[in-house]
Amino acid sequence: MTAPLEVSGSETTAEPEAVLQGVDKIEGRSLGQIAWLRLKRDKVAMAGAVVIILLIATSLLAPLIVKLLGHPPNDFHYDQVNADTQLPIGSYGGVSRDHLFGVEPVNGRDLFSRVIYGSQISLLIAFLATLLSVIIGTVMGIIAGYFGGWVDAGISRLMDIFLAFPILLFAIALAGVVPDNAFGLTGDGLRIGVIIFIIGFFNWPYVGRVIRGQTLSLREREFVDAARSLGARRPYLLYKEMLPNLVAPILVYSTLLIPTNILFEAALSFLGVGVRPPRATWGGMLSDATHWYQVDPWFLLPPGLAIFVTVLAFNLFGDGLRDALDPRSR
Amino acid sequence: MTDTTPARPPLGDELLTVTGLQKYFPVRRGLLQRQVAAVQAVDGLDFSVRTGETLSLVGESGCGKTTTGRLLTRLIKPTGGKIVFEGRDITNLSDGRMRPLRRDVQMIFQDPYGSLNPRHTVGAIVGAPYRLQHIKTPNGTKAAVQELLELVGLNPEHYNRYPHEFSGGQRQRIGIARALALRPRLIVADEPVSALDVSIQAQVINLLEDLQDEFRLTYVIIAHDLSVVRHMSDRVAVMYLGKLVELADRKSLYEQPMHPYTVSLLSAVPVPDTERKTRRERIRLQGDVPSPMNPPSACRFHTRCWKAQSVCSVEEPPLVELAPGHQVACHFPENAPKAADA
Ligand SMILES: Nc1ncnc2c1ncn2[C@@H]1O[C@H](COP(=O)(O)OP(=O)(O)OP(=O)(O)O)[C@@H](O)[C@H]1O
Ligand code: SF4
Ligand SMILES: [Mg+2]
Repeated sequence: MTAPLEVSGSETTAEPEAVLQGVDKIEGRSLGQIAWLRLKRDKVAMAGAVVIILLIATSLLAPLIVKLLGHPPNDFHYDQVNADTQLPIGSYGGVSRDHLFGVEPVNGRDLFSRVIYGSQISLLIAFLATLLSVIIGTVMGIIAGYFGGWVDAGISRLMDIFLAFPILLFAIALAGVVPDNAFGLTGDGLRIGVIIFIIGFFNWPYVGRVIRGQTLSLREREFVDAARSLGARRPYLLYKEMLPNLVAPILVYSTLLIPTNILFEAALSFLGVGVRPPRATWGGMLSDATHWYQVDPWFLLPPGLAIFVTVLAFNLFGDGLRDALDPRSR
Repeated sequence: MTDTTPARPPLGDELLTVTGLQKYFPVRRGLLQRQVAAVQAVDGLDFSVRTGETLSLVGESGCGKTTTGRLLTRLIKPTGGKIVFEGRDITNLSDGRMRPLRRDVQMIFQDPYGSLNPRHTVGAIVGAPYRLQHIKTPNGTKAAVQELLELVGLNPEHYNRYPHEFSGGQRQRIGIARALALRPRLIVADEPVSALDVSIQAQVINLLEDLQDEFRLTYVIIAHDLSVVRHMSDRVAVMYLGKLVELADRKSLYEQPMHPYTVSLLSAVPVPDTERKTRRERIRLQGDVPSPMNPPSACRFHTRCWKAQSVCSVEEPPLVELAPGHQVACHFPENAPKAADA
């Protein structure tokens, strides 16, 4: 993180980086390879990456993990709950070898399994919503930045309108009127689709603005003129000359948008307009736990920590990635 | 090396001629992007470039040199005037019609850092001309690229390296190799050395001169001061605020500058004592270059000219030939031959 190496290649001189010395200099190192070398040395970012990989593995292997270490997430365990107080039997919310994070009050559902399954919803929605934002934002940003003029003016105003939109209120209203089936989807699938659409569709202007700015400055770079003076056509300019230079900001922005979207999904579930119970979501678990925090705050901990660790991991990794790809941004 | 060079006309023919060349950049404001003003970057240039010569285009920052270069290579369309290349009017050619002609006119760019795509290898950069023009080279593109790298003094083994691994001077050589790939007839070099260390400038200039001899290239070299191009120019054109103020053979321009602006530029150039025939005082121009959005009337230099008289702001001095091969646009030229004064 300390190497003074120029990556996005404008005015500054490239100083040979210490880490590159002594290695074979004939085979060139692309900026991507250099960024990777730099990222590997960033312990914090790598820790974030490890957590992210574990999270993804967890959500993909949720059924297996739960089979080995827990109980089906929607099974009731009345034997674990004190019938009078409705609180779990045993300390710390009923933590035991059988129920690693304890059980829920009232029904005694296994908190461990619900946290594990909750990661599926969180990551699925956050990834797909981010993908949607990034696709729309990149396309619109490139169009605005490359064509400029009234096209740019129009897209920029559109972005302003989207950013002024009270997205949370809109989400609450829309989630309330989602029918039971539409677009060939039913129940949870439809709700997940609608939430992905809302989060993804209303967040694209953030990506759009970044990409527009980058495209605008790339277009003025002389290597684009150089390609034109060789007879390059527009698709070549866009895909071969400009897009490779946009990959870094797109990647960085995506990793930083994912945690925002995780929080947004959690907020929707918390407010009861996300994915419907009984399906386990971190936001929904938090919401349930708030009814009990005066009696026993323990139940806030598993979903709260899950959200915290996930968001933190993505942010740390995203920051490290940004530094690795463009050290000047610090 | 492939020889895509056609038979060349004898030296001295006009390879490229521009008349009344003009480029105004619209300045747009507001929601509807209405045009509120125009930057008169280039405003009526007349000159021609002769086969095999080096024509230097000199002027202060912002006077429209790069814009002129981009017009000559038809990277941008002129607002007015005419560009004739090898007898063919290319002023308004579409991108598609222009494409094959691009082999003959190439450009070396001002900024060696900005002109090479940081995401492409040197091999891809120098090989791009062949790919974009669909040219097959006998031993493949890689061999052709390596030959070019060697030609410009780079290690051909560095084919797979990225631009950031090279110094400024090396990057400019990469840009030169790219410009050379298609064996162009005309190369427009936009301040090819101004971004480089003084110690490296001479090397790159020498390389350009060697390549000119080897491939009989015609150069338009853009520079912001007269000293850099002194030794390689055949003729020098001096620009001020989008207009040509003086155009002459190297010898007469450096020894008998006629336009007050050229005189002031030359006075800033250090001249070895032995060459100093007349005592030349350093002339410091008053004020800044006026904005090309709102240039001064008539002679654009009158706001800073020490010889200015009232006529200068009313009547524009035309560019006229006052001595053989020496054109000047000034009402009261210096060093003018006696006959012209009468
Ligand atoms: N694309 C453009 N849009 C608007 N104005 C432009 C554009 N390109 C150049 N200009 C303006 O035209 C004028 C001439 O610019 P140009 O780049 O040709 O100058 P230059 O002589 O090359 O200067 P320098 O020595 O700084 O490179 C400047 O005032 C510049 O701001
Ligand atoms: S025309 Fe007048 S103002 Fe312009 S350069 Fe000549 S003397 Fe100076
Ligand atoms: Mg310039």
